[in-house]
Amino acid sequence: MLMSRPVAEGPGQAPGLASGQAMSEIVRSPGYWATVWRRVLRDPVAVGAALVILAIVLIAILAPYIAPQDPYKGMTLRRLRPPGTEGFPLGTDELGRDMLSRLIFGARLSLFMGVTPVILALFLGSAIGIAAGYAGGWVNSILMRTIDVFFAFPSVLLAIALSGALGAGVLNGLISLTVVFIPPIARVAESVTTSVRSRDYVEAARASGAGPLTIVRVQVLGNVMGPIFVYGMSLVAVSMILASGLSFLGLGVKPPEPEWGLMLNTLRTAIYTQPLLCALPGVMIFVTSISFNMLTDGLRSAMDIKA
Amino acid sequence: MLTYTVKRVVYTLPIMLGVTLVCFMLVHLAPGDPLVSVLPPDASQAMKEQMMVLYGFDRPYHEQFLRWLWRALHGDLGASIASSRPVVAEVSKAVGNTLVLASVATLIGFVLGTFFGFVAGYFRDTAIDKLASFVSVIGVSVPHYWLGMILVIVFAATLGWLPPTGAGPGGSEAWTWDWEHTRHLILPAVTMSVIPMGIIARTVRALVAEILSQEFIVGLRAKGLSHLGTFRHVVKNTAPTALAVMGIQLGYLLGGSILIETVFSWPGTGALLNAAIFQRDLPLLQGTILVLALFFVVLNLAVDVVQTALDPRIERR
Repeated sequence: MLMSRPVAEGPGQAPGLASGQAMSEIVRSPGYWATVWRRVLRDPVAVGAALVILAIVLIAILAPYIAPQDPYKGMTLRRLRPPGTEGFPLGTDELGRDMLSRLIFGARLSLFMGVTPVILALFLGSAIGIAAGYAGGWVNSILMRTIDVFFAFPSVLLAIALSGALGAGVLNGLISLTVVFIPPIARVAESVTTSVRSRDYVEAARASGAGPLTIVRVQVLGNVMGPIFVYGMSLVAVSMILASGLSFLGLGVKPPEPEWGLMLNTLRTAIYTQPLLCALPGVMIFVTSISFNMLTDGLRSAMDIKA
Repeated sequence: MLTYTVKRVVYTLPIMLGVTLVCFMLVHLAPGDPLVSVLPPDASQAMKEQMMVLYGFDRPYHEQFLRWLWRALHGDLGASIASSRPVVAEVSKAVGNTLVLASVATLIGFVLGTFFGFVAGYFRDTAIDKLASFVSVIGVSVPHYWLGMILVIVFAATLGWLPPTGAGPGGSEAWTWDWEHTRHLILPAVTMSVIPMGIIARTVRALVAEILSQEFIVGLRAKGLSHLGTFRHVVKNTAPTALAVMGIQLGYLLGGSILIETVFSWPGTGALLNAAIFQRDLPLLQGTILVLALFFVVLNLAVDVVQTALDPRIERR
């Protein structure tokens, strides 16, 4: 439902010469990725988003060192304290555990559950897509028609169906989400590979004796990586929301682990007594996913790919 | 056009078959015995075997699938384990409520989305564009189940203007278009509309910006056509794609309503799925998912055919 259909993107185009370059000077024109990198650095929104993501990643890595309290240790006497309570800057949850520490530790599982499926799907999906696109013929038909079947499910429904059948748990959540993201990535990879396959330079490589593996590695991967990477990046925001959504439903991460979606779920009962407290985990999910979306947008326009 | 439609329908049939196969396999994907929730924990081995035969679980998979498919084609999706009522009856009762919620949400999302999209596309790269685009990024980035909670906190818990949960007075589950029911619809529908709003706004912005940069618009302006006149041309060129995106979004909302229905206790297919998952009611889970997925396939087909009929630029091959 959140996922927009992937748009087939052409192979990465070589950027023009840097503007203002004197004709007489013989300067090696900067590479494609160097140009993209420079353009992203000039986009304040993208840089800001990247910094926010970096901060969240650092919080996740350094959680044991920066969390003021044990995120698992609760005390019934101090349940549901509002933010600003002495010793508990963001209050305590329904079991009296320190909210700030749980939010800090929650970054670990939430990021892991959001990012891992996309990375796994990037590998598996591109492998399937490139294989289908490069092989063509009946291999393509079999692979892509199978992909079509999974694509025929709305993404949230497929994730719920799989993790509902498999049951709760981190691993089952990861499997379900990976399956959800493979089809769109495979489609993008397939369409780019198909368009690259018949290019003259691939013909030339083949004529000069390059085997299929070499052609895929050099000619195809070089062109496919850019669009797929950006597309994968745009899926991270969706994946974060979906992964937390699974935990919010009671699928995915199980208590007492700190995870933002699960925290939203368990705090839901306190919505009338401590509304501000209940809203906090959602703020974290929101900030993370909007940062990923803005970074992707910046990267897209730097790479000149239409949304 | 007719040939195209027939071709599209024929192409969709194997996909539908694949979808039914995936739904069938869901039950076998589940860990443990498929009968675990039917049988009492102290059931004897003989009783277990008897039940296996009764449900047909003793037969090879392909035979089970064909039998299940044959029954499904005749409108029999088995009985819910929890309520022992037919799955078809349960789903058809719930699907109407979800359809009301999803359609109203899609409509709100479409109106707001096209508005923000047009504004952003017309004033491209100005502060207005940045603001409108920011609103649409929020739409696709906000965890909507959290937004639902926030709206409940503000409009139900704090201001007391609207009811926090349910689809009607006194836990009514049958939808009617009166004020008492509509009051219950406002919060969930607004929450749900955020997603299509963001996606439609982004699509429309890109479309409008592209159309405005085309030569025929410059030509129309050069020959002295008024702003309103050119606007009409932009709308005509944007409409088929925007409507198609709206159709697909309706399908996504129908299939993905579970999170919002959980937040608002809306008695639709999402609530049904939720119950099925936690009572390990596999026939109900399977049946609900099958109905929603097939609906999505048919909706995609319809959108594709209608879009091709509306838009003369699309080749009808």
